[in-house]
Amino acid sequence: MGTPWPARPPGRARRWAFADGAYRGLLTAFALFVFVIAALIVYESARGSGLSVRTFGWSFLTSTEWDPVAGRFGALPYLYGTLVSSGLAMLLSVPLGLGAAVFLAELAPRRVGDAVAFVVELLASIPSIVYGIWGLFVLAPFLRTALEPWLIRHLGFLPLFEGFPFGIGMLNAGIVLAVMVLPTIVSLSREILLSTPRTLREAALALGSTRSEAIGVVLDAARPGILGAVILGLGRALGETMAVTMVIGNASRISASLLAPGATMASVIANEFTEATGDLYLSALIEIALVLFVLTLLVNAVARLLVHWAAGGRRDVAGTA
Amino acid sequence: MTLETPSIRTILPEGRRGETAPEARAGAGATTSAGAAAPAAHAPGAVEPRLVTRDFNLWYGTHQALKQVSLEVPDHSVTAIIGPSGCGKSTLLRSFNRMNDLIPGVRVRGSVRVSGLEVYAPSTDVVELRRRIGMVFQRPNPFPKSIFDNVAFGLRLLGLGNRTELEARVEDSLRHAALWDEVRDRLGKSALALSGGQQQRLCIARALAVEPEVLLMDEPASALDPTATARIEELVLDLKERYTIVMVTHNMQQAARVSDRTAFMLVGELIELGETRQLFTRPRQKLTEDYITGRFG
Amino acid sequence: MSPAQPSAPQRLQPRGPSWNRRAWNAGVLSACWLAAATVVLPLALIVWHLLAKGLPAMNLAFFLHMPKPVGEPGGGMANAIVGTLILVALGAAIAVPIGVGAGVWLSEYGRGRFASMVRYTADVLAGVPSIVVGVVAYGLVVVPMGRFSALAGGVALGILMLPTIVRSTEEVVRLVPRSYREAALALGAPRWRTIQQVVIPAASAGIVTATVLALARAAGETAPLLFTALGNRFWSLQLDQPMASLPVFIFDYARAPYEDWNRQAWTGALVLIMLVTLLSAVLRITLRRLPGRS
Repeated sequence: MGTPWPARPPGRARRWAFADGAYRGLLTAFALFVFVIAALIVYESARGSGLSVRTFGWSFLTSTEWDPVAGRFGALPYLYGTLVSSGLAMLLSVPLGLGAAVFLAELAPRRVGDAVAFVVELLASIPSIVYGIWGLFVLAPFLRTALEPWLIRHLGFLPLFEGFPFGIGMLNAGIVLAVMVLPTIVSLSREILLSTPRTLREAALALGSTRSEAIGVVLDAARPGILGAVILGLGRALGETMAVTMVIGNASRISASLLAPGATMASVIANEFTEATGDLYLSALIEIALVLFVLTLLVNAVARLLVHWAAGGRRDVAGTA
Repeated sequence: MTLETPSIRTILPEGRRGETAPEARAGAGATTSAGAAAPAAHAPGAVEPRLVTRDFNLWYGTHQALKQVSLEVPDHSVTAIIGPSGCGKSTLLRSFNRMNDLIPGVRVRGSVRVSGLEVYAPSTDVVELRRRIGMVFQRPNPFPKSIFDNVAFGLRLLGLGNRTELEARVEDSLRHAALWDEVRDRLGKSALALSGGQQQRLCIARALAVEPEVLLMDEPASALDPTATARIEELVLDLKERYTIVMVTHNMQQAARVSDRTAFMLVGELIELGETRQLFTRPRQKLTEDYITGRFG
Repeated sequence: MSPAQPSAPQRLQPRGPSWNRRAWNAGVLSACWLAAATVVLPLALIVWHLLAKGLPAMNLAFFLHMPKPVGEPGGGMANAIVGTLILVALGAAIAVPIGVGAGVWLSEYGRGRFASMVRYTADVLAGVPSIVVGVVAYGLVVVPMGRFSALAGGVALGILMLPTIVRSTEEVVRLVPRSYREAALALGAPRWRTIQQVVIPAASAGIVTATVLALARAAGETAPLLFTALGNRFWSLQLDQPMASLPVFIFDYARAPYEDWNRQAWTGALVLIMLVTLLSAVLRITLRRLPGRS
């Protein structure tokens, strides 16, 4: 079979193999570090909240009493505040965001769509503290003097719109959160709509669909992705801290009215953490962080499952383009 | 299928019919359509061919994609449009149901008439126009819905909610598309689980369900394997009994197999239109001969 | 069943779309229009108010001077601006090597269960609320050190940056054409040199962009700094001491009952935005010009 290939000098072969292994090992260690950090987050929040968990058990989640002086802590008002403010935000932002995404992807001329989407994406990078300032100094006066009096006058018979026009409160928080998650929902949904095959639209139109009926077909095909975008937005709203802290009014009570001040899990941590006196108080706050962590984890997991499940059998659609 | 649908007059005001007169154009070169006479040849009362274009021009921005195209498609026939890629054959096909409207910067001049009605009249209802003209695309494009829902899509648009009638019509359409026997026991399954050839026949069934007057097919078999292609071709021959079909194809053998008449296009112009047999055996134009004998394209 | 008769006598609704369908169509399309306008409105208002309220108090002193005591007008946020830069640099020092390393690993070696677990974990980390990261950094650094410190703030920001850097690095490195790797390997280069000297340089523009975007986002974070770096009204460059940062300053000044402070909060917000948005705007534009990036 002729002369065999000369082997590399054995020393060099060993050195190279070692270098390759070492390099790979180093990178693997970095990758492992991602795990370590995740583990640290779990460990720290679990350890820090241990005292509170042992003291209150499950009643921590069902009690509405938050009394640092008496040393009794229940997180229900904050859980409620987080869910209601985020729910309100989704109620406002999902229809608006979807409509805007459809406009940008389907109706607007390509150049207009690109330009607006670019601006919307930039707005996603505005820090939350800036939204907070705007909510506090611009939106709150508007709500106090215009929108809330109007709501009270016309819809005041509903418990939802009972009370006084404070300007800050659940409504303000919901609106600010909606504005904050809109860029996420709009730009992701637009991208998803643009990536659905053009031929679907053409097929619908060629069958005699009106424009909105053709859009319906496209939305139907894009549903899993859009659902993912919406839930991603929800995850953001749940954990949002600064803007909410500035506009929600920070009152630890449950009130049916959207005009009343409230508090969220994130806002109570931001407000009280540095002032927490005593181990139990601090531990209760850390347990709130743990609950918030678990909640966002669940939401993200559900989002993934939903998308995965909804995308099942539809993968071929995504492939045709 | 009746030629005159009385109701179509409600779409176009009477005065618009035939209003777009062909421009006078003396000896403008190669655009000769064999056997095609001026519209005046249709004496009043005589039946106009199902689809007629007269001096039709189309521009994408400044690029002229169709030049003075005049052709006629008689009822219950298959007309194939052949030509090298980029010759404008798909553009012409998409002009018939105004799918080109979706592309920004498109301008047209001239006349396209379907069932005697002006397609590009300002008052034309594009949605209704497209309902009356079915289209099958190059790649199968079923909606990500069940087989049943795909075929029922157009019917539901028309407000057909009655389940029994819906089922009857879906079955009809699937039978006409020669797909019924293959899918009858899995109508509720996703259309995307079908093979490529089945998907394309499903798309044909979907188009047939709304009872179009003309069926446009844009290289309907180009994405399919030879067996599936043969089935589509058989189907086209069957459908000719009931529909008027215009088919774009890059495959000359296919045109020869299924079409009654063939049109040959080159860089936006209609070079020749004639009986398929005649066009392939005794072409009148030198360019046609060069193309079909494989000298270019 | 025989093929159905041509159904000419029972034509389907011959008159074009019904009034209902037309009205629905018009309604849906205008609703989309309206939605787009409504989305742009608050965002435009925010930018407008930022400029209107932030610009008047913006002057050189704001960048160069220290905050004045309560009651004295004027002063600046020099320490907060420098503090933010230091905190972000600290975070980057932690997150960039780990993030880029893990990203390259995912792209070049990342197959199988372990890799998808790393990917999943990075995605989970990206979804952790920043306030939770602050709580964790408090427990990890502040408690053992016995005091609030810049270091703790840096750790918190680093954790926040990490997932973005990991996932975008992976994405960018994956885009390096296979042929580059093959060319290097065909020349007899060992794998590690191929990655280090061919693949990473080819992806470097993308890696830098991804990293800077992550830094820009971290620069605007407030929540994780509240009880790590805390804040400091005085000039301090010591990493084991509390350190001022722009976002925390804005937060404090906005909630203070002094109008002059509120004005400065707006100016601070404008400066922060300029820092963050201009950076990402410039990057996004260069990003589009880069070949091989969709």
